[in-house]
Amino acid sequence: MGNGTSIGTVRGLGSAHHGAHHWLVQRYTAVANLLLMAYLLTALLMLPDYGFTTMHDWLSRPVPAAAVALLVISLFWHARLGMQVMLEDYVHSSANKFAAFTALNLAAFGGAGFGVFSIIRIALGAA
Amino acid sequence: MASASNRPLSPHLQIWKWGPAMAISILHRVTGNGLALVGMGVMLWWLGAVASGPESYATFQHLASAWYGKVVLIGLTWAFFQHMLSGLRHFIMDVGAGYELKGNNLWSIILPILAIALTAAFWAVILLHR
Repeated sequence: MGNGTSIGTVRGLGSAHHGAHHWLVQRYTAVANLLLMAYLLTALLMLPDYGFTTMHDWLSRPVPAAAVALLVISLFWHARLGMQVMLEDYVHSSANKFAAFTALNLAAFGGAGFGVFSIIRIALGAA
Repeated sequence: MASASNRPLSPHLQIWKWGPAMAISILHRVTGNGLALVGMGVMLWWLGAVASGPESYATFQHLASAWYGKVVLIGLTWAFFQHMLSGLRHFIMDVGAGYELKGNNLWSIILPILAIALTAAFWAVILLHR
């Protein structure tokens, strides 16, 4: 941002033109969370018990494994977008914002990766 | 960036007054970030424990079924239902509906009550049938 001409003092302060995409993906993932969480909570209510064998057998079936893996991805995506908005509101210095976004992205991708890997191991691993 | 620091910031942290709409808005943000920080951690712990085998899962189950574990799980269930219902409220407002003061205030009061009711119903099924 320059301070010479009048256009120079305002350039770069307006919309970055990424807001609508962020907003839409927040809603797409919200719908996915709604459907998949309804599936997970219903399934948890219908399981006969919460012992290891029951839980492992259920999570290793194709439909529950696929649904929970997709839920993990959708939840972390939605959480990443939501926490970004929170950080944008409360963290104002560019350096802190950069650090916070870096940590947020590492946590979101790391968490989703660990969750999906766990489900793959449950579904395909030797048990 | 000297002049950038004079730009207006949103949201205002000092200028507000109590009302149903601001309360449900703050609840939406608090439950959302709480679910992201605590809820996702518990979910990964659950999946990781099942993937790691019976002993890891026994540790998870022992802590999750203790009284303090139940407090956390019931809290997360409430946070989920609250965030889900206030999220559905956002979907209604996204299409431009529900901005009339009376209706908006009414739903902003009903939804938190409904979230507590759904949490109670969910845990009643779990605790009464096991």
